[in-house]
Amino acid sequence: MTFMSQYNYWVVIILMMLGFYIVISHGNLVKKLIGLSIFQTSVFILYISMGKVTGGTAPILDSDYTVYSNPLPHVLILTAIVVGIATTAVGLALVVRIKEAYGTIEESEIQQKDDEEC
Amino acid sequence: MIIDIISWFCLLVGGFLCISGAVGIFRFPDFFSRMHAASVTDSLGSGLIILGLVLQSSEWLVISKLVFIQIFIFLTSPTSSHALAKAALHSGLRPWTKPVAGRDDR
Amino acid sequence: MTIEFLIDIIILGFLVITAVGIAVSKDLFASVMLAGIYSLLSAVFFVVMDAVDVAFTEASVGAGISTILMLSTLTLTGQFEDPSRHNKTLGFVVVFITGSLLIFGTTDMPIFGDALAPVQLHLAPHFIENSYAEVGMPNIVTSVLASYRGYDTFGETVVIFTAGIGVLTLLGFSSGGSTPLVSVVAPMHQHKILRVVSKMLIPPILIFALYVQFHGDYGPGGGFQAGVIFAAAIILYAMVFGLDTARKVINQSVIQILSALGVLLYGSVGLVSFLNGKNFLDYSVLAHDPLHGQHYGILLVELGVGITVTAVMVSIFFTFASRVDKEHGGNA
Repeated sequence: MTFMSQYNYWVVIILMMLGFYIVISHGNLVKKLIGLSIFQTSVFILYISMGKVTGGTAPILDSDYTVYSNPLPHVLILTAIVVGIATTAVGLALVVRIKEAYGTIEESEIQQKDDEEC
Repeated sequence: MIIDIISWFCLLVGGFLCISGAVGIFRFPDFFSRMHAASVTDSLGSGLIILGLVLQSSEWLVISKLVFIQIFIFLTSPTSSHALAKAALHSGLRPWTKPVAGRDDR
Repeated sequence: MTIEFLIDIIILGFLVITAVGIAVSKDLFASVMLAGIYSLLSAVFFVVMDAVDVAFTEASVGAGISTILMLSTLTLTGQFEDPSRHNKTLGFVVVFITGSLLIFGTTDMPIFGDALAPVQLHLAPHFIENSYAEVGMPNIVTSVLASYRGYDTFGETVVIFTAGIGVLTLLGFSSGGSTPLVSVVAPMHQHKILRVVSKMLIPPILIFALYVQFHGDYGPGGGFQAGVIFAAAIILYAMVFGLDTARKVINQSVIQILSALGVLLYGSVGLVSFLNGKNFLDYSVLAHDPLHGQHYGILLVELGVGITVTAVMVSIFFTFASRVDKEHGGNA
């Protein structure tokens, strides 16, 4: 049945949707960033699950093993993890500056203050 | 064969201690006793599991890496439990004491 | 149902529970801690999926640096979120529609673990079979990262450098003149146990970072992981002995120069290959024989990556910490 073979992908979609829900329905900016990082990590899980070969081993050449898991998704996700933390750091710096400028990091209050000024 | 039995015993007891530490976090009444339960997981639970793994492995490189890991866990986990308990004490949390039943002050 | 499949299901189940916990909790401190647990669980999942390099990076970056930066932000912005500002129905509807469309999309995907899936058939056999003959190191991920896909890694290093510049621009350079009288990231004089244990641990952590940096050719490791572990040791030093002491040990300007130096090193290796008549970042001309050239090239570029990652992570932490100092030192 497809359940056994597609289980990984469905859980990835559940995690992705949880992260997405946190981003769109919580007003706090730091919470949104946390939700975004949950979303990112679920995408990494998707790619790494696609690269796995049943009965394979880690892609480090050794004389005892013949079947290896695919090294290409590993390389892509390594880059993606580091870029993700870089953008999260810039995002957090922006949150700190927003707090200093507006006095709050709730999205609706920031919107209110912007509307009042115009 | 004997080494297999000993390593299985260590792994099972280590796993049981980790589970009992987790149960303790739920069942104990206040923060400090919960910290104590959690530290059982870190020190004896992980120690026995790594001992079981050391008995299972055959290369010296793997054994020495496992021993380093255990030394590191032994140094850092009790320190972090201590830091957490000290921070809680500084911010005013006090240990829970059982109310003594049936005593009247006269 | 094999034991691997069981482990798979259990770990993914825990991930979902942790994510639900983050969505439900109102306390930002608890959410950040749960996010750290989420990263650690996904690192364990990556090990089960045979992605050891990725697991290493995710554990050090996600469960280490990310948690520290978010906690520093929380000191500046407040610990609780306002619960009355949610927009729940719209969220549920959008998520439900998107989720069902995506699940409909997965019915066409190949079976998990299939050795004949399209992703396993084109480039992967070439890398697995030929990387030892062409590059000469056992770790295929490092050879692909630094040699076959070296240009992407160059771009990634520049992205990290840019993020460092971005954070410095946003949160300002710390000036030596306006140091507050009481430093909040203060030396922990009264925490004897923490100080003693940190003094014992920081040198082994630094040596381990060097080991990971140079052992990346033979096992999991490489520039990114080593850079992050190095930065973690320096951050530990700054937290236990005080930001001012750490600043004296590692100057702000030295950090800034180092972060640019790593990118420069990487670019120079490419330029040297250029000047020797081959393509940019073609390492085979760096030595008398292509295999040795690949070794030298990969060593140098991983070193460049490690230097930049260390310097940028340390400088981001110092910037956040000095901001915390300014905020709380002014009110003290």
